[in-house]
Amino acid sequence: MSFEKKLPSWKSIPIGGAILKPGNFAERPTGDWRVFRPIINQDKCLRCLICWAICPEPAIYIIDKPYRTSSGREWKFTLEIDYNYCKGCGLCVEECPVKAIDFVEEVK
Amino acid sequence: MSDLWIRIPLTSNYAAAYAAKDVDVDVVAAYPITPQTPVVERIAEFIANGELDAEMIHVESEHSALSACIGASATGARVFTATSAQGLELMHEMLFIASGLRLPIVMAIAARALSAPINIWCDYSDLMATRDSSWITVIASSAQEVYDSIIQMYRVAEDPEVLLPAMVAYDGFIMSHTYEPVYVAKDRAPILEYVPKNFKNRYRLDPDNPITMGAIADPNWYYEFKYQQVVAMRKAYEVVKKADEEFGKRFGRSYGFVETYKVEDVDIALLTYGGLYGTVQEAVDILREKGVKVGAIKLRVFRPFPYNELFNAIKNLKHLVVLDRAITFGGVIEGPVALEIATLLKFKSLDTNLYNYIVGIGQRTVTESDIIGIVDHVSKLIEKNVVPMESIYWGVRE
Repeated sequence: MSFEKKLPSWKSIPIGGAILKPGNFAERPTGDWRVFRPIINQDKCLRCLICWAICPEPAIYIIDKPYRTSSGREWKFTLEIDYNYCKGCGLCVEECPVKAIDFVEEVK
Repeated sequence: MSDLWIRIPLTSNYAAAYAAKDVDVDVVAAYPITPQTPVVERIAEFIANGELDAEMIHVESEHSALSACIGASATGARVFTATSAQGLELMHEMLFIASGLRLPIVMAIAARALSAPINIWCDYSDLMATRDSSWITVIASSAQEVYDSIIQMYRVAEDPEVLLPAMVAYDGFIMSHTYEPVYVAKDRAPILEYVPKNFKNRYRLDPDNPITMGAIADPNWYYEFKYQQVVAMRKAYEVVKKADEEFGKRFGRSYGFVETYKVEDVDIALLTYGGLYGTVQEAVDILREKGVKVGAIKLRVFRPFPYNELFNAIKNLKHLVVLDRAITFGGVIEGPVALEIATLLKFKSLDTNLYNYIVGIGQRTVTESDIIGIVDHVSKLIEKNVVPMESIYWGVRE
């Protein structure tokens, strides 16, 4: 038990389990139960945004970062997965029309 | 009585409706069920004729009724509902949500037997099945006590040290449908001085200051929230007492946790709850005329269980007869209140003999002669030095 961080006493938490700070879920990563990790292959990716639209979290972001593929194609933006929130549901992997997302088992 | 009051004939159902009106409830959501229906009918009349400015939410079931009450109470509104029997059972899930969210809802219960077989008449099976729901539980013995207790329970439930829901129960039909003279307030102002409306003394849903209620609490957190409820219920013990004393000071009527009747000089007393207490008092008088010295004790508050007051009421008795109007099937003894008292006797190291009689199930009539019969029966057991290790089912046909 000693490695667990100390949680507050029953005396100092809001009664009835009320959460007093709106939007505080942003501070709480929820991706730590993932079994498989989706990894976007930026070379293969066509930027169709299907994964971005379908991610239930949503944990796939459109990043304003140009990308040049190995075959010389220029993209103005990149898609990145936020692993703090990705739960590894695999929907993006399943739906990607060019199979550009690999699903790799998490190894700790 | 002072000029505060007007004395009118009311059933316990109507007394409950008057109490809700006089504490100026904001929201009522209820579903009709025999024998509770007249409570809601009368409140609807109060709203229709302008005596009460409240929102009446018509719902399709008791589950929805309490759900609507929970939502309304979460916004800070003063909320009232009422039910009976299967209706209370249908609310069962939501009882725990109301108390878990720490919402000070007050509910009237016209106590009724549970199906099956269907029986619309009085016993306390419905109320006793809510034992562990973390609701403050009062059982009244007169329409006046129903009126006064509901008002008191708003003060208790809304106390920031407590913030738990409360129910006030009374006999279905026997009390819910019989008229008694009741003092009700001529004007609600003095009542509201006693139970001021203060919706800011608790967490509430407010669009200008949003919070989340009813979120998940994982195994690292849930236990602490339940312990908070334990502490709140313990604190309620003192708050119930003070609310009753303050009510007495202001209005001249108070009830305590436990009432005793002619127990000063006795070895045997009969303990019960609800309307039956009146019958037991009558029987005590008849027996005393015949030279049989017995007393009566009424349990008024079931949760929090008044162990100190009850200890004081029974500590000098040799024999305590508990008349239970409900059954806890498969219990060590099968009367729910007797079971509590057995625990009390053990932990307070009292050697008072406990006799548990089950009576009035499904409103099987209990008259003074039944009580006299029980005293006769228990006297014979005492003569033979027998303390039965099980409940006695009085009057069941062999």
